[in-house]
Amino acid sequence: MSEITKQSLSELVKNIKNKKISSEEITKAFVNRSKKSKGLNTYITEDYSSALDKAKKFDQNPNLDLKLPGIPIAVKDLFCTKDIRTTAGSKILNNFVPTYESTVTQNIWNEGAILLGKLNCDEFAMGSSNETSFFGNVQNPIDKNLVPGGSSGGSASAIAGQLTPITIGTDTGGSIRQPASFTGTVGLKPTYGSCSRYGIVAFASSLDQAGPMAQNVKDCALLQEVISSYDSKDSTSINFKRNEYSKELTNNIKGKKIGIPKEYRVDGMPKEIEDLWQKGINYIKDCGAEVIDISLPHTSYALPTYYIVAPAEASSNLARYDGVKYGFRAKGENLIDMYEKTRSEGFGAEVQRRIMIGTYVLSSGYYDAYYLKAQKVRKLIKNDFDEAYKKVDAILTPSTPSAAFKIGEKKDDPVSMYLNDIFTVPVNLAGLPGISIPAGHDSKGYPLGLQIIGKAFDEQNILNIAYAMEEKIDFKNKITDWWIK
Amino acid sequence: MSIDLKTIKHISKLSRISVDNQKAEKLADDLNSIFKFIEKLNELKTDKIQPLTSVAETTLKLRSDEVKSNDIREQIVKNSPQDNEDYFVVPKVIE
Repeated sequence: MSEITKQSLSELVKNIKNKKISSEEITKAFVNRSKKSKGLNTYITEDYSSALDKAKKFDQNPNLDLKLPGIPIAVKDLFCTKDIRTTAGSKILNNFVPTYESTVTQNIWNEGAILLGKLNCDEFAMGSSNETSFFGNVQNPIDKNLVPGGSSGGSASAIAGQLTPITIGTDTGGSIRQPASFTGTVGLKPTYGSCSRYGIVAFASSLDQAGPMAQNVKDCALLQEVISSYDSKDSTSINFKRNEYSKELTNNIKGKKIGIPKEYRVDGMPKEIEDLWQKGINYIKDCGAEVIDISLPHTSYALPTYYIVAPAEASSNLARYDGVKYGFRAKGENLIDMYEKTRSEGFGAEVQRRIMIGTYVLSSGYYDAYYLKAQKVRKLIKNDFDEAYKKVDAILTPSTPSAAFKIGEKKDDPVSMYLNDIFTVPVNLAGLPGISIPAGHDSKGYPLGLQIIGKAFDEQNILNIAYAMEEKIDFKNKITDWWIK
Repeated sequence: MSIDLKTIKHISKLSRISVDNQKAEKLADDLNSIFKFIEKLNELKTDKIQPLTSVAETTLKLRSDEVKSNDIREQIVKNSPQDNEDYFVVPKVIE
């Protein structure tokens, strides 16, 4: 049996079911590796001793019928965990202890998994490099100079660094798929309404979705099966027939029609990304699927639309942080002064920037010109996909316009940071599922990802395509453990 | 269009975020570059397009208004930055 932390989720589950290994042994292995990996700064809150207790308890009376029997899992610190500090990467929630559990994490614990700790992320999930976190930036296990992507940067780093066998992130504009692409891992953003938003710290409610992150497609499918559920506590949760994604997973995609959108060939796209995309197209053909050129004419308007809609919703969602009922409070001369100082000292620069943008586009005199306009363009973007899906079953694009960039490289230029999400944002605006799979390396050896976008509620189909491609690609992540002394 | 310092101060009031002059200048620069990028939307004619408010094609469901969590008062008050037994405390509002 190979080293525990190198095993995939499927292997661990198999080994635990065959009683070759105990939950305690698995948990110990991940705790020990996590302890040695402080240099990555992946964890905001560790819950190791409680995890080891739970593992021992699991082993005393193991229920091996569960889908995640005694499997330790660290989760993004955007999910509320009952009695365990939940910060959203922000100073303003530094001491917040939820009195309830998010539905998505509850679904995971119901299947026998054990919480290892809470993972670092960009503050309120606003960022593409994990540099906006109050708890410091996260290192990419691939190379110490690189960002892991964001906002689920801690989650991606924890998967790539083998600190947790699987994890969950959230994706509002690319926050699962982009970091997955930057770290050579797999990340799925499900259809809007597939996973409950209940108990997830809100960023932009019409775009936010939780999703699985894993080392491979099969593990991702299994976790999606666990976390996706109809939930009456989320008013936009959708009641549809959910597949048993891992059981129904197949690499037979013969005859599937895959669209290649010409508008994703953006100006200045590095040749390496072009080549990767072409390689992906060849793999698709090798699998017996048909490749069809399509057009998504409003693609270039997606990012500007997103940077109106998301901040507008954020400015409204983040109004609740006023220093009264929970979180950080600054001293003020009166109530208003207290609010203003609390929010000025409690939020970081990027969050303040987005609140200001959102407030402006919703303010009197500007609402029609910006917010309403963006909602109309959002409709056009969704129409583009609806049209395309009359001809194809799924769409193949690069996940990001480049490999992971250097820490600090884009920190002072918000627009160049935002451009990172150019291929992922349209998917959120249209509410569709999208998966990023590692597909190759650039000349420096950094991983590059391809994205498969599906029809709404068609997660099974994109998982199948990803599964078939994964086999052909045979990607190997290059992890040297540089951070372990 | 350009966002001046006066506008920044106005938005900061609406956002309840205090902003000193130095911060206002930085914010004005950032917001101007972001809005320059956003203005691309003006290339599109959208008069006849219906706005998309939510991709979830569901109507809001009604539910009965029941209390489901019990005895969490203490935990909730404990999360407040300044508590006084069963109350949230704020700076004096009425003189």
